[in-house]
Amino acid sequence: MGLFKAAASILKRGLARTAEAMVGMRAFLAGRRIDESLLAEVEKRLLAADVGVKAARESVESLRQDWLAGRIAAGEEVVPFLKASLRARWEGVDLDLARSERKPTVILVVGVNGSGKTTSVAKIAASLKAEGRSVLLAAADTFRAGAVRQLEIWSERLGVDLVKGAEGADPAAVVFDAAQAAVAREADVLLVDTAGRLHTQDTLMRQLTKIREVVAKRIPGAPHEVLLVLDATAGQNAIRQAEVFTAAVEVTGIFLSKLDGTARGGVVMAIRDQMGLPVKLIGVGERPEDVEAFDPEAFVEGMFDRAE
Amino acid sequence: MFDGLTRSFQKTFRNLSGRGRISESNIREAMEEVRTALLEADVHHDLVDRFCNEVVEDAIGKEVTRSLKPGEEMIGIVHERLVAMMGEAPGPIAMVEPGPTVILMCGLQGSGKTTTCGKLAARFKADGHSVMLVAADLQRPAAVEQLRIVSEQVASSAPGKGRVAFHGEPERCAEYGQAVGVAVEVAKRGLAEARKGNFEFLIVDTAGRLHVNDDLMKELRAVDRAVEAHQILLVVDAMTGQDALLSAKAFHEAMQVDGLVLTKFDSDTRGGAALSVREVTGAPVRFLGVGEKFTALEEFHPQRIAGRILGMGDVVSLVEKARQEVSDEEAAELMEKMSKGRLGLDDFLRQMKVLRRMGPIKSLLGMLPGVGQMLKDLPLEDKQLDRLQGIVHSMTPAERRDPAMLERSRIARVAAGSASDRAEVSRLVKQFDLMRKMGSQLAGAGATGRMAAMRGLGAGGLPTRGSTHTSSPKARFKQRKKR
Ligand SMILES: Nc1nc2c(ncn2[C@@H]2O[C@H](COP(=O)(O)OP(=O)(O)OP(=O)(O)O)[C@@H](O)[C@H]2O)c(=O)[nH]1
Ligand SMILES: [Mg+2]
Repeated sequence: MGLFKAAASILKRGLARTAEAMVGMRAFLAGRRIDESLLAEVEKRLLAADVGVKAARESVESLRQDWLAGRIAAGEEVVPFLKASLRARWEGVDLDLARSERKPTVILVVGVNGSGKTTSVAKIAASLKAEGRSVLLAAADTFRAGAVRQLEIWSERLGVDLVKGAEGADPAAVVFDAAQAAVAREADVLLVDTAGRLHTQDTLMRQLTKIREVVAKRIPGAPHEVLLVLDATAGQNAIRQAEVFTAAVEVTGIFLSKLDGTARGGVVMAIRDQMGLPVKLIGVGERPEDVEAFDPEAFVEGMFDRAE
Repeated sequence: MFDGLTRSFQKTFRNLSGRGRISESNIREAMEEVRTALLEADVHHDLVDRFCNEVVEDAIGKEVTRSLKPGEEMIGIVHERLVAMMGEAPGPIAMVEPGPTVILMCGLQGSGKTTTCGKLAARFKADGHSVMLVAADLQRPAAVEQLRIVSEQVASSAPGKGRVAFHGEPERCAEYGQAVGVAVEVAKRGLAEARKGNFEFLIVDTAGRLHVNDDLMKELRAVDRAVEAHQILLVVDAMTGQDALLSAKAFHEAMQVDGLVLTKFDSDTRGGAALSVREVTGAPVRFLGVGEKFTALEEFHPQRIAGRILGMGDVVSLVEKARQEVSDEEAAELMEKMSKGRLGLDDFLRQMKVLRRMGPIKSLLGMLPGVGQMLKDLPLEDKQLDRLQGIVHSMTPAERRDPAMLERSRIARVAAGSASDRAEVSRLVKQFDLMRKMGSQLAGAGATGRMAAMRGLGAGGLPTRGSTHTSSPKARFKQRKKR
């Protein structure tokens, strides 16, 4: 992973409710033989841990298959089985931020109003900079009052360059200028902050598509990464957001923000299943260092073991 | 908004009305569908169970099974229960003497507090009240700047006569966690200034915070004590899940809020938050944020929302929106023209502009009963309205007055002038002609009846109960004048 520290605090804080649901899982299983009522209880506990209906059902179903086939029988074997099964859901998923062969790597950051885009951009910039890579920020939210200034303050605090347009300017034009500048200055990474928009606003979604096209035209292969910033406290609606944003700009990964605001850390699992998109980074606070890479291995371990 | 709920409610009622007499088990079955829809809409499952049970009980109590129109009776029962779940409308914000009436905004990060401050200020300004906004968010970079810009925009371009001023101390901002407590002093100075300037309202914008952050919650309480807020409004994102509603509850417990503002209501959230936030938090919803413009703030009326959910539309809100945009004289003039069949395309153009100011076309359609619900799914976009406007702009004044004179060659010219095709132009002309004829027919006594029917419907009455509205159109007109 390298770039970001592994998801430690999600295990400490965000998993409170998930852990609660798993408490006593081992004790409950100890000394028992697998049967239908045990399987039902396991599924219930997984659901309560917020891993999502799909992951819970499928994990329990494959457990049932193995049990029926006589490959597994003791309650003690269940937890290792579930761990492997949940981990397997992330196999082959690339969780690293994309990195282009040729400079610059372009990362486009999108999402609904107030989801945490600008802060997330600052967090990514801080981590990249700490890694010794040069970063250029593009302040392409020319719509919301004070948005450009907000990113500018971050650029000053973090000591990274910024390309901005006037409030009300065409965001696609700002992005074009930023792409030019990134090439000219040989920046390693160009990070584009965009205006918040509801996925129901067709015109604004088309504007986003246009922004994407403008970067692609100036820098072949760009954007290399399109991060959708999702608020971890959002409800079912997040799934719609992922669908519509993906249709407009081919989202490649999720930045799950405000995970410190919910006890439902398990949703990271559910999101992966429901959206087919990997959660690459998670936000756990308002400071630039409050960002972590998502590590499914550690996550699954923590889910079961923290609870004991 | 509410699309999923509306669809499943309508399906349920259709099934029930298609049957003639129904049995208790028919009702229970039908409610299963509703149950699923409510769960999918993010309504908490305890609430869903209670709601469904209550509806079934009511239905049995009212002997719906013996009714000849069970489907319609059921709509009535569900409507009442939905309203009960959302609670009473809290009424307007009371002003205190001497002013300023202090409103403290709070909520989670990114919920929309600052934008809502601007909308509230615009509302007060429109009512002729003076208002000062104070930026007590010293945490998020440029939050002070954002509120300053918002205040200036409201001052310069929102309609109305009230004074709008801003107090902010951007130099006191600091990095995260370093400015905790500074907000208290800033808010105090804002209040002093508002007193000095004789402002009637003071709106205090605060930083977003988690209810579990003790330091920041302490700060919020200190700000409250410092300004002795008369109204604490908690701003909640309508797309919020059940888990976050619990944090709204915690906020309420910590701050004793007076009301909630549900923002981003123009999204396609299935409305679970709107339905359950009252029950979960115990605080009433006061306003809905329905867009990014300053005018995009609606008062929350459970009756009307229930109507919208049930696909009955919300004509009252639509009329209110229209009233903000059209003066009585204009309306009267239009009526006159309509009744005489003299409506021209210029009038059409003007109406179209009004319509555009009222909000996105899709959200307006959702407020129309029946038809609106059907049209809502069409890919109808504001852009198409632009095209129509373009076509009318390419006509001569004479043609606009009397579109009937548009024969082939004129149509070709207009099509070329507006970069559209002939079929489009002639469709517009034909439809307009039709509308004009319909207009003159409707404008008689029939129209009054229609309007009356629509009013009753949006105001929480039900289509099936139209007959129980006993007041005459005349009496209602008088009432309307008094408002
Ligand atoms: N607690 C917490 N707050 C966060 C996190 N990420 C962002 N925030 C806060 O959420 C609020 C909104 O964040 P922004 O970064 O301005 O959100 P945005 O998506 O850029 O907002 P718009 O540009 O207005 O659409 C700010 O107060 C941030 O400090 C997070 O991971 N945890
Ligand atoms: Mg932003």
